[in-house]
Amino acid sequence: MSLFRKVSEPAAAKAGVIVTVEGRDVPVPEGASAAAAVLLAGSDAIRETGVSGAPRAPYCMMGVCFDCLAEIDGIPNRQSCMVTVAPGMVIRRQHGKRTVDTAVAAE
Amino acid sequence: MTTEKIDFAVIGAGPAGMAAATLAAELGLDTVLIDEQDAPGGQIYRGVERAQDNSPLGADYLAGKPLAAALRASGATYLPATTVWHIDPDGTLSLISAAGARTLRARRILIATGAIERPVPIPGWTLPGVMTAGAAQIMLKSAGLVPTGRVVLAGQGPLIWLVAAQLIRAGAPPALILETTSLGNYHFAAHRLPAVLWPSRRALAKGIGFIGEVKRAGIPIIHRVTGLAARGRDHLETAVWNGCETQADLLLLHEGVIPNTQISLALQLEHRWDVGQLCWRPVADEWGATALSTISVAGDGGGIAGAEAAALSGRLAALDAASFLDKIDPAERDRRARPVHRALKREQAIRPFLDALYRPAPAVLVPADEVIACRCEEVAVVQIRRAARLGAQGPNQAKAFTRCGMGPCQGRICGSIVSAVMADTLGRPIAAVGTYRPRAPYKPITLGALAGFEHPEGLSEALTGAVGGA
Repeated sequence: MSLFRKVSEPAAAKAGVIVTVEGRDVPVPEGASAAAAVLLAGSDAIRETGVSGAPRAPYCMMGVCFDCLAEIDGIPNRQSCMVTVAPGMVIRRQHGKRTVDTAVAAE
Repeated sequence: MTTEKIDFAVIGAGPAGMAAATLAAELGLDTVLIDEQDAPGGQIYRGVERAQDNSPLGADYLAGKPLAAALRASGATYLPATTVWHIDPDGTLSLISAAGARTLRARRILIATGAIERPVPIPGWTLPGVMTAGAAQIMLKSAGLVPTGRVVLAGQGPLIWLVAAQLIRAGAPPALILETTSLGNYHFAAHRLPAVLWPSRRALAKGIGFIGEVKRAGIPIIHRVTGLAARGRDHLETAVWNGCETQADLLLLHEGVIPNTQISLALQLEHRWDVGQLCWRPVADEWGATALSTISVAGDGGGIAGAEAAALSGRLAALDAASFLDKIDPAERDRRARPVHRALKREQAIRPFLDALYRPAPAVLVPADEVIACRCEEVAVVQIRRAARLGAQGPNQAKAFTRCGMGPCQGRICGSIVSAVMADTLGRPIAAVGTYRPRAPYKPITLGALAGFEHPEGLSEALTGAVGGA
């Protein structure tokens, strides 16, 4: 179940953008953050911690707690609450710590 | 790439930063305003430029619109979506944005980075489904999103009532409010009420208005809540308190706000533990000027006083910068500042009352042993206590013992908790135990971004300088 929804008043019912969250297309209002998109998508968690693997979801939504770290457009460890959605943005859950792509690193 | 030289750099586009940059530009200072968000407003006025006049967020929120419009119309250069990741005491700022990395050198820098919500460390506060009250408000401000399901608002402070009223207006009323204000707080605050009754009558009336709005909506309110906890397996299932329990899909926590001191602490400015507001605040004079002539502070980042006071303190800092940089003489600064100082005093008048009424319970600062203090590294209170007993003298040594404060948030969330737990364990005052010394980069940045940083002197300075201190 999604933890958030759009306000039903017409003022807020403006054109949205479509982003992909964990492979699923999700319409989100313009101006929303990637973290908000994950909450709208109904994902339980946005990442699993690097220490114990515990599920986490955005906590502060204002760039303080870093619990919303996610992979956005292929780049891990992004503060998703500080990234505004753009059409076609791909947001993926982050499992544990981010890793370095050694094939790229070796180039 | 060369370092561009400017007069005045302002960090943060909330009320303090917007007002400061606008006035500074008007006074003839070559001014740059840097902010992480893509539109001005800070957290309090987030998304305000896009807000409709009938917004459920209310008139106080819409008061941010003219501030943002004045900034846009001013001669200040506004750099949105830009992160300051290092400041050198000589006034050099290292910036990063999608366009790349750059440096600026300002003769005066204003830190206007505002407040963060005080962490509310209760059992289960890391579960998905537990957020801050401010987070829900940001969902509404930035994207017109409201919670679904059964929402429980828990804690205390003006924001609890404001968020509840806003959610009611937006058609998503909370199911239950758990207020943590103790009986002792009511008694303590009552003594301070007569002094603020007249000077702060408008603010008091507004607050009473919000509480009335929530009561008229018929939302159940439980008072004097203690022992709050969040329970669930992989996500929140129930909220628990005083031996009671309720099903909840979303638990929104709030125990007031504290200054965001990440940059001022990293600059090793002197900070004091404010015994009234139970938080660290940088030491600054009536203009926001600090012991470092290049650095000043305005708004809630210098001590909590609210949005209106923040804008006023931003104007004082701009006047002082103009005087410091010889654009106006000190007499003109003082003349222009007089009404601003007076207005600021009026705005601040209510704080002793609010600070007393909504003083967090001891368990908010020193939670039970099993509670996670550091969310990033998953360090429990008991581990901090053990480190203190093993000889760690302060939060910076506790890092080495436990890794607390060493995760991605760089101690932003656990800083005040770790200071308080160590003080409690060592039997010393918090002021004596101290707090973390954060280091650059202030926000994690990628190696790719650093590689694009064509300023070797600045880079080496930033890196070696940053790891030098305590």
